[in-house]
Amino acid sequence: MQTIQQSQSQPAPRWQLPQAIRQNQLLINMARRWQLYVFLILPLAYIIIFHYVPMVGAQIAFRDFVPTQGVWGSEWVGLENFNRFFDSYMFERLILNTVTLGLYSLFASFPIPIILALSLNQVGNQFFKKTVQMMTYAPYFISTVVMVGLILQFLNPRFGVLGQFLAETTGNNTSLLSQPDLFQSIFVWSGVWQYTGFATIIYLAALTTIDPSLHEAATVDGANRLQRIRHIDIPGLLPVTTMLFILNLGNFINIGFEKVLLLQNPVNLRTSEILNTYVYKIGLASPTLDFSYATAIGLYRGVIALILVVLANWAIKKLGQEGLW
Amino acid sequence: MATLLGRFRNNSSSNIEESTGDKIFIFFNTIFLLIILAIVLYPLIYVLSASFSEPTAVTAGRVKLLPVDFTVSGYEKVFEHPRIMTGFANSFFYTVVGSIVNVFMTMIAAYPLSRNDLPGRKILIAFFFFPMIFQGGLIPFFLVVRDLGLLNTRWALIIPVAISVWNLMIAISFLRSSIPEALLEAAQMDGCSDFRYFISIVLPLSKPIIAVLFLFYAVWHWNQYFLALIFLNSEDLLPVQLVMRDILVNNELDLSMLTDIQSQAAQMMMKEQLKFTVIVVASLPVMIIYPLVQRYFVTGITLGAVKG
Repeated sequence: MQTIQQSQSQPAPRWQLPQAIRQNQLLINMARRWQLYVFLILPLAYIIIFHYVPMVGAQIAFRDFVPTQGVWGSEWVGLENFNRFFDSYMFERLILNTVTLGLYSLFASFPIPIILALSLNQVGNQFFKKTVQMMTYAPYFISTVVMVGLILQFLNPRFGVLGQFLAETTGNNTSLLSQPDLFQSIFVWSGVWQYTGFATIIYLAALTTIDPSLHEAATVDGANRLQRIRHIDIPGLLPVTTMLFILNLGNFINIGFEKVLLLQNPVNLRTSEILNTYVYKIGLASPTLDFSYATAIGLYRGVIALILVVLANWAIKKLGQEGLW
Repeated sequence: MATLLGRFRNNSSSNIEESTGDKIFIFFNTIFLLIILAIVLYPLIYVLSASFSEPTAVTAGRVKLLPVDFTVSGYEKVFEHPRIMTGFANSFFYTVVGSIVNVFMTMIAAYPLSRNDLPGRKILIAFFFFPMIFQGGLIPFFLVVRDLGLLNTRWALIIPVAISVWNLMIAISFLRSSIPEALLEAAQMDGCSDFRYFISIVLPLSKPIIAVLFLFYAVWHWNQYFLALIFLNSEDLLPVQLVMRDILVNNELDLSMLTDIQSQAAQMMMKEQLKFTVIVVASLPVMIIYPLVQRYFVTGITLGAVKG
């Protein structure tokens, strides 16, 4: 047994072997590791059925899908569904809403976790630090439904803490969610409340990797805390910040649409309808379900998202950092 | 106030006396963090207080911070409400069974994909992770689930989401960084099979990552409503989040079986107050386990940042 193992772990040098045997070597290695492939059977089946089959199924965007004829049997109509979307009166509105909501969200929610991390990092009292951390993570665990319920209750103009205050000061009694111009701010700032603590974790972790001797040396040289933040902590956070910013920029189109869907009402649709919620409504929640049209809109969004991520990854690599792939 | 702030003063490693400027800085820094803390905590405390207050006090806007006219009647009603209780039972099932399936599937995928000696590892990794950046979309996904006959069954909330690719990445990165390669070599030298290595060595060393995965998946299942919205329509299968959506967002709460109050106004007030109670009850399970597993949670996030 021992000798077999050893002979197996020292294959003959490859350059002496002809092509056929080299391919054989791969097969031999695969055969030797067959148990690892057994582990992968179920996960692979899952990934194929629930991720790759839908990719193939997305071709109904180019067909006039009729359920009885299936994905492959329905009539091929080329770009008809896409053209219909580009010509529709919803097109510009959906793009505008999706892009502005995504970018607003990104720019509003990006800097605050960094500031919070820098501030927390200055706290010497471990109990206080841990308490603030733990409390600020907590909202992350609130479900989307509860979060939207909270927003509705707080903004209620009659008894909501915030709604009541605003109704009194502005004299405007209409519900805040019925004012289309306020929808994006409500979505974004409630998101800031919910996710800032969570987003801080990564920056705090990055701050702990900064060499403490830098701080000691700076302190000996008479640098005060603000100076140390400015000249040590902030430059130390720069790589991870750049990386996360580019990643988020590549991801900005993937807005948390489950929350948008719940915050929508007929009055605020002008600003609250985004690509993903529209796909859901056309495809799964309207009286006349149009699978092909909804898939076309979804695919259009998916391709833009893919291009953005690829660009983001390229940019990260340009900066000399390790990209996603 | 001064003594309170004094306790939060920096007492870290440096034995150099803080300069006046630094003292001012620490003072304002503490104030800043206390403000953040207040902003985060106020809504949470308010909801808790409103859930213990009389409906009339809540709808009159008299609850500001602490409960007004303390009562637990809201909780009694919530726990008597059949829809909410069924929702809880269903969510419990989806969370427990779903997370077990998730953790099992994620670990058996992560183990081979973490092994450097897996022939074709790079291709397989790319195959597993490509869906992270491109998806077929909602409708084709829905059609697959429908064609498999999973619509309106409990499995619709479990099988189609058996692996989160993001969590798989965290698991792979854990296995690659935490289990020394020398262990594998030694085990192989002793003729240990890949099955046995997984069961006897990898799994026992993976307790932290299994805890992280379980936490992430369980919270996701408990909080999830959208899959139930598109896949389920039988009332007796709905998770609590979907029931709550009807109550909180669509304002549909049937009180007829719980109360004999006929007046519209009284019913309306009770509805508004019950919303706060429902929010507390539905968030409680996650909020209770969260402090216990917080340590693992932070580990998980930082692992996710170091890619596999």
